[in-house]
Amino acid sequence: MDLARNWRLKDQRYRLEGIVCKNCGAKFFPPRQVCTECHSQDLTPHEFDGHGILYSFSTLHQAPLGYEGSLPYTVGIVKLDEGPMVEAQLTDTNPDELKIGQRMEMVTRKLREHGEEGLIVYGYKFRPIANEN
Amino acid sequence: MRDVSVVGIGQTQVKEHWDKSLRQLATSAVLNAMKDAHVDHADALYVGNMLSGELTGQENLGALIADEVGLRGIEALKVEAACGGGGGALHIGYLAVASGQFDVVIVTGAEKLTESSNCNTTASLAMAADADYETVHGISFVALNALLMRRYMYEYDLVPEDFAAFSLNAHANAANNPYAMFRAPITLEQYKHARSVADPISVLDSSPVGDGAAALVLMPTASLNGNRARAVKIAASTVATDSLALHARRDPLWLSAVELSSQKAYAQAGVTPKDIDVFEAHDAFSIMSVMSLEAAGFAERGRGAYLGREGEITPQGKVPISTMGGLKARGHPVGATGVYQAAEAVTQLRGEAGKNQVPNARVAMTQSLGGVAANAATHIFVN
Ligand SMILES: [Zn+2]
Repeated sequence: MDLARNWRLKDQRYRLEGIVCKNCGAKFFPPRQVCTECHSQDLTPHEFDGHGILYSFSTLHQAPLGYEGSLPYTVGIVKLDEGPMVEAQLTDTNPDELKIGQRMEMVTRKLREHGEEGLIVYGYKFRPIANEN
Repeated sequence: MRDVSVVGIGQTQVKEHWDKSLRQLATSAVLNAMKDAHVDHADALYVGNMLSGELTGQENLGALIADEVGLRGIEALKVEAACGGGGGALHIGYLAVASGQFDVVIVTGAEKLTESSNCNTTASLAMAADADYETVHGISFVALNALLMRRYMYEYDLVPEDFAAFSLNAHANAANNPYAMFRAPITLEQYKHARSVADPISVLDSSPVGDGAAALVLMPTASLNGNRARAVKIAASTVATDSLALHARRDPLWLSAVELSSQKAYAQAGVTPKDIDVFEAHDAFSIMSVMSLEAAGFAERGRGAYLGREGEITPQGKVPISTMGGLKARGHPVGATGVYQAAEAVTQLRGEAGKNQVPNARVAMTQSLGGVAANAATHIFVN
């Protein structure tokens, strides 16, 4: 993946920037150009606060090229409090203790390195919230 | 629109073909289908394939295969819909004949997945998913299905063993299919102790990567003059879509493309799920069989796994699936798979399925899915 592509995704990767429909109020992550609920094209950026609950998770024992070094790692789907679901790696956790329905929060971590001298890609991962106030 | 029939089929065995290239596999399958159909010409050829560019550095398969089989000059195109490209190619071939454009059309699916390292093939298969929002997180294609399976078990209070029947049935049937990759049955003990790929999915819940090609010859039913006893009519051919990414679905446990494509097919063929004698589902993973049975209308929501547990998915059951081994044990050469399924449906309706023959099979349905059912091609065949 090249420089421009990762630069283009920076607002999503670092700040969970999605979109809200000005016509019907539906919120989306990632951003899109047409609202799936009302088909309006009048959408405006919306930054999600990164809190939600764990919808599902899986620990990988066989990885795609570029991720073998991280094995075993755990991925999940988090349903944000504001509605949309996000897929990401889960971090700062023991996978044996994960439970569907538990509270999660977004953190910023290294997603992957592209070879010895390659670009390092940062972005969101999710971790369990110990005590939420 | 004209009625369309399959008049010939050809298959190569699915396996690691170290000694054969993509073009050799496709050519063998097409020549076998043309021989079976007693034709030496075709007006057009459509190739289902997903990863020829990525894994063998070869695109432009339409021109390549048309030339290799001796048909240089005809219309020929590659059709891509990830792991559902075979069903997609059949749909395009069907439309080409049904519309009146062409009188003899060849549909082939060809894939070579073992040319590359395991990790590279795993990464390439993940291209079926959303590159920017799924794949970049290291979420393999197996992991997407694992996320669904865990959620499914949570919502319906099941354990992995509840899915065992799907794998056992597929392997038992593949043992009798000379074109299948795995030719030995498996036991429940083997299933229980299988190595995890992405939990809760084990290797015995996952279809294997393999090389292979299959082909069909299509002609207008009216042109057959009733003298082609082994021809099988295509009663429906439909395609429907869902969001590419799992996270964008309102309810990830419901395969709406499968539902849409199935409902359109039932309407086109004038049948209901009760009329289907054979259902070649896209059993890339056990959870896909279960969710497909539900969305296609063979089981109530949350009850798909019970059809397996109750023995209803075997060739003697109410809803026989994977009758020649399915993706799980015949093997899953992704873009070719939908064409294998069609060849197997034709074999069943011709009454030539040997030990796997479904008694009195008259109506067969195949379903070819691209991505996690982001693309669903459904075909109904009638004898
Ligand atoms: Zn809207």
